[in-house]
Amino acid sequence: MLEIRDLHVSVQGTPVLRGINLTIEAGETFILFGPNGSGKTTLLMTLMGFSGYTVTRGSIIFKGHDITHAPMWERARLGIGMSFQRPPTIHGLPTGKMVELCGRGREMDIQAMAKKVHFDKFLDRDVNAGFSGGEIKRSELLQLMAQQPGLLLFDEPESGVDLENMALVGHTVRDLLDGMPEGCNATLRERARKRSTSGLIITHTGHILQYVTADRGQVMYHGKLCCEDKPRRILDHIANHGYQECLRCLAGDSYGKIVEAPLA
Amino acid sequence: MSIPDLSRFQFSGGENAAPIADLSSLPEEDKRHLVLAGIDVADTNVSGAFMQLNHADVHCDTRREGLELMDIRAALKKYDGLPRHYWNLLSPDKDDVTRLAHEHCNGGYFVRVKKGVKLTEPVQSCMFIKHSGAGQAVHNIVIVEEGAELHMLGGCSTSHGARDAAHLGITEYYVEKGGKLTFTMIHNWGSSTTVLPRSAGTVAAGGQFQNNYILLNPVGSLQMYPSMNLDGEGAVARFNSVIVAPTGSYVDSGNRINLNAPHTRGEIISRTLTTGGTIINRGFIGANATPVKGHLECKGLIIGNGRMHAIPELDSCRDGVELSHEAAVGKIAQEEIEYLMARGLDEDEAASTIVRGFLNVDIMGLPAPLQRAMQEQIDTLNAGGGM
Repeated sequence: MLEIRDLHVSVQGTPVLRGINLTIEAGETFILFGPNGSGKTTLLMTLMGFSGYTVTRGSIIFKGHDITHAPMWERARLGIGMSFQRPPTIHGLPTGKMVELCGRGREMDIQAMAKKVHFDKFLDRDVNAGFSGGEIKRSELLQLMAQQPGLLLFDEPESGVDLENMALVGHTVRDLLDGMPEGCNATLRERARKRSTSGLIITHTGHILQYVTADRGQVMYHGKLCCEDKPRRILDHIANHGYQECLRCLAGDSYGKIVEAPLA
Repeated sequence: MSIPDLSRFQFSGGENAAPIADLSSLPEEDKRHLVLAGIDVADTNVSGAFMQLNHADVHCDTRREGLELMDIRAALKKYDGLPRHYWNLLSPDKDDVTRLAHEHCNGGYFVRVKKGVKLTEPVQSCMFIKHSGAGQAVHNIVIVEEGAELHMLGGCSTSHGARDAAHLGITEYYVEKGGKLTFTMIHNWGSSTTVLPRSAGTVAAGGQFQNNYILLNPVGSLQMYPSMNLDGEGAVARFNSVIVAPTGSYVDSGNRINLNAPHTRGEIISRTLTTGGTIINRGFIGANATPVKGHLECKGLIIGNGRMHAIPELDSCRDGVELSHEAAVGKIAQEEIEYLMARGLDEDEAASTIVRGFLNVDIMGLPAPLQRAMQEQIDTLNAGGGM
C-alpha cells in the first residue's frame, strides 16, 4: 500500500526527516510514537503533500504510484485521507456540502452517516466555524467516511477530545479501518479479507489503541525511525522509561556525541 | 469622493411612455436583464410591484390592503408635496448628485405600509434604463408605519443596448416605532453605466432595518454611502453586501450607521471581490449614546489585478460604547485551498468553492427563488474562469 524509501524532508530549509524507511501493507495499521518535535507530523504532512514540506531525497510510493511530488488532490484521489488536527474554517461552505464534495459524486446517505458520528444537527453549519475539539474530530471523520480512503492518516485522534467523544472517535476510526461496523456479524477471516484500509496514526497517550487493532508501531526520534515493536509494548516502555532509551538505541556507539546535538 | 461630470445625460423625455400592464410581456432580452437584477417578471408572490422605464412610471400594482404604492410624482400631488418625508433626511445641497436629482426628479416610488400591517410577500420595484445617454433621477420614499413590516426588493438594470446611461437615486427610509423594513437591492447595470444613489433613513424605537445589497455584474462607476440613523431606543440596523468588481468596474460603496439612542445596535458586513476592478469598501459606525453596540466587518478578496481599499471607521466620544471592526484584504488562504485539495478537489475547484462560500448570500434571508437565482449567478461567475 505505502512504501517510503530513504525519505529526507526539510521545512523552511531545516532538515526535519533524515532518512525514513517505512512500509505499510494493505489493511495494516501502523502507530507512530515519538516526543514533540521529532518529525511525526512532518511525515504525515509530507505524505499528504502540503506545501512547505520539501522532499530533498528519497521517494514515496503509494499503490504502486510514485507520489513523491504529486499534488495533494491527486494523492487524495488515489486514496490518501487525512484527519486534520486544526482545520481552517471555510465560511459559507456548510459541513454537509463539504461531505458531499469529499464523496466526489458517490451515492451517499449523508444524513445517516452524520448520525453515526452525532453530527446530523451540524450539517448546515459552516465547516469548522466555531467547532469544539470534539466537533472538529467528528466532522473530520464524517468527511473521511465520505472519502473512503485506502490509507488513513490521523494525527493524535485523542487530542482535545473528552472521554465520551474518544469512544466515538475510536469506534469510528476502527470502522473506517475495518471497512465494516464493529457489531457486524463477520468471522475473523472475513474481517481480515475485507480489511484493505491501512492506517498511519500518531499518538501520545495511546488511548486509540483501545479501539483499533494496530499491528506495528515505531518511535520517531530526531527525524529518524527506531525501535519497532507491538504498539502496546512501545507505549508501556515509554510510560516507564520515557524516550531516553531511543536516544541510546539510535546513538549506538556515538552516544556521547548525540546528546550534545539539538533535540528539536 | 469625486463625482463624475453628469451634464451629458438627458434627464427628461419619454415621461408618458405607454404603461406595461404585464411585466411578462416585456421583450425576452429585457426580461433576462431584469431576472439578473432579481426581478420576478412573472410577478407572482409579491404584495405589489412598481416599474420605472427610463423616466416613466410604466407599471404599478398594489395587491394588499394597507399597502400604498405609487409614482413619487403622484404622491407629491396627492399629499401636498409630502412635507414630512420629501427631502427631509437628505438635503438637495449635499452634492452635485442631490442637486441634479432635486432639479430633475423624473420618477421613483412612494411606498407606505400602514400601521400594524405585516406584509409577508415582498414588494418589488424595478428601475430600468433602456436608452443610451438617459439620466434617471429618481426619488424613492419608503415608510413603514408603527408595527408594520415590509420587504422591499429593488432591482435595477440597464438594457443591453443602452450605453453610457446614469442613475441618480435618492431614497429616504422611515421606519416608525416597532416597524420592520428589509430592503434588498440588486444591481445589474451595464459596464458603461454611472450609478449614484444617495440614501438615508431613520429608525424609531424598537424598529429594525435590514439592508441587503448584491452586485455581481459589471458597472461603469458606482458610488454610494447610505446612512441610517437609529434615533429610537432599541432600534437595530444591519447592512449586508456582496460585491464583485470585474475589470472595468469602479465601485465606491459603504454603509453608515449612527447609533443615536440607548440600546441601539448596528452591524455592517460586506464581502467584496475584485477580479480586476476597483472597490473602495467603506464603513462607518458612530455612537452618540450609551449603551450601544456596533460591529463592522469588511472582507475583501483580490483575484487578479484589481484594487481593494477598505476604510472602516468607528467614531464615538461616549464612555461605555462597544464598537468593533474587522477588515481584511487578501487572497484566498493557502490553508483553505489545501484543506479542500486534501479531500480530492483540484486547485481550481478548491478556489471556486471558497469564493462561492465567501460570496455567500444565505445570511440575507432572501425569498427562495431569488436566493437560487443569485447562487446560480455566483456559480456562473466561477465557471466563467473569472477566478
